[in-house]
Parts: sequence; structure tokens; C-alpha cells
Amino acid sequence: MSTPARPDSPARLEALIGALKARGLLTEQELAERQAQTDRASPEIGARMVARAWLDPAWRRLLLADGGAAAEAMGVSMAGAPPLGVLEDTPRRHHLVVCTLCSCYPRAVLGYPPHWYKSFAYRARAVRDPRGVLEEWGTALPAGTDVRVVDSTADYRWMVLPLRPAGTEGWSEDRLAGIVTRDVLVGVALPRVPSTEAA
Amino acid sequence: MTPAEGTSAAASDPAPQPAPAAPRFGPGERVRVRDDWPERRGPCHIRTPHYLRGRVGTVQRLLGRFANPEELAFGHPAPARALYHVLFEQPPIWHEGHPGDEVLVELFEHWLEPDGTAKRSA
Repeated sequence: MSTPARPDSPARLEALIGALKARGLLTEQELAERQAQTDRASPEIGARMVARAWLDPAWRRLLLADGGAAAEAMGVSMAGAPPLGVLEDTPRRHHLVVCTLCSCYPRAVLGYPPHWYKSFAYRARAVRDPRGVLEEWGTALPAGTDVRVVDSTADYRWMVLPLRPAGTEGWSEDRLAGIVTRDVLVGVALPRVPSTEAA
Repeated sequence: MTPAEGTSAAASDPAPQPAPAAPRFGPGERVRVRDDWPERRGPCHIRTPHYLRGRVGTVQRLLGRFANPEELAFGHPAPARALYHVLFEQPPIWHEGHPGDEVLVELFEHWLEPDGTAKRSA
């Protein structure tokens, strides 16, 4: 007869929550707020930060200097979150983020990491053969672009500030944010202007 | 208890305030990652990837000071240590590496030692 998978973990979690509450270290309300905050976080936040950086040079400077402060300025609570670093792509350099040791990810501004980001395959290959990984992703870098893999090994979390693509002149912040996907913010993809939208 | 910095530079300041020791390395400085394998000596929690042990890179900048995860992971007192962003060239590390490509990694100061060769601009 098979046993249920990990039968101890829910009970252990209940015991931990009970112990924290009993010591006045945690309230039900704090727990609910934190859960709501985690659920609210999504790549749309990161996308808006990028779109604003494309439109507003002062905001761009703030974002690059202190990603966490920029997120707070946009109303995102960074309380308890690790510092956020922003990696600026240039015409000569493309950034690709990986965590080879585990699955460090800027959850405060990108939400939950996708399953592939946590896979052994991505973690092993992104650092070893980033160009092969990008090619399989269908991401073609312009000739002359160097790849800088950022291995997120410790206390920072990283997101990519990509280049604004041609063909987006005059676009609103909302429209720009619409082409900045989660994959773009990790660096496995580039923002694309849909051919139907290209003027 | 004095901050366990493991560097002689940290020993001179007796002030009780946690005045952080001056960072040992500056931007552009060439550093070698210690070729050390604590995982062979027993249980440990290390944030220095295997593929960088013994490799030489260039300090890009100091990211800040953070509690040492190697002690934090075991619930031991974990004094803050300097954390750097260090840049490595891909090809000497990976056969698949493409000339000009790089790896940028967060590394704690106690894993770094001076390379002993000339400085290079970042």
C-alpha cells in the first residue's frame, strides 16, 4: 500500500505557524497580506518598469541605480524582498539570468518563476552554452552582440532591461509594456513588435 | 565578539558600532576564486558555484554586505560579509564559450584572493 506523498509537510507547516502565532511573531492578518502580495506579483510589474524606463530617462536612472527603490516608487512593496538589480542591455551586450545553484528569481516584480527556470536543464545549460539555449528559444541576437550570463548566486535578484525595439516610436507606456514578457525580463527572449502592429 | 572578517585589515578598528571593514577589493581588480571544496569535508551550504573554483575574474563592483549564508544556513551567528559582482570570461571556463561572452556572478569576499597579476580596467 502506497503512502501519500510527503504526508508530514502540511502538519509541520501547521505546527510552525502555530508556534509563531503563540510567540506573537505572526498574525493571521500578516499571513494573509503576505500571501496576497505574493499572488499579486507578476511579470506585468517588471514589464511596466521597463516600459517606463524606455520613456523616462530619470526613471531609467533610478531603475538602474536601485531597482528596489524604483519598484517601491511604483507602489510595489519590497519589504522583506532581496535587493533588486537591473541589467541594462546595450546594442553590444545581451543579459541572460540564471540561478545555477537553486532558483533565485526576482519574485517581487516577476511573480512565481516558470517551471523551466527551475529545471536542471536550464540551470546547467544557460551558464555553459547560453547561445545554444537562446537559439533553441528562437531568440536571434543581432550580430556583434556579446552575451553576459548573470548567475544569481547570492543575495541580489536580477531582471533585464532590454533594448527598446525599432517600430515602437510614439507608443504609450501600456502598449510598450505589452511586448515585455516574462521571458524578456529573464533574457531568454527579446521584445518583439507583432508584424500586424508594425506601422 | 569581533566581526570574523578573516582579514588583517579588519582588526584595527575596536569601535563597537558595526562600522563595516573597508572592502578588500576594488572595481577592476583581478581576483582568483579559492580552489577550495568544503563539500568534501562535510555538510555545508556554499553560494560559490563549482565551475568558478580556482578561476580568475575581475571585480565589477561591491554589491553590499550580507549575512554569510554558510553560517546562516545552519542557524549559526552569521556576520555580514562583503559581496561582489565578479566578471569572468566564458571561453576559458566552458568549451562552448564564445569569445567576448561573459559570466557575472555574486561572490563573497572570503572566497576571493588577489590574483597577483596587473590590474585591468573593468
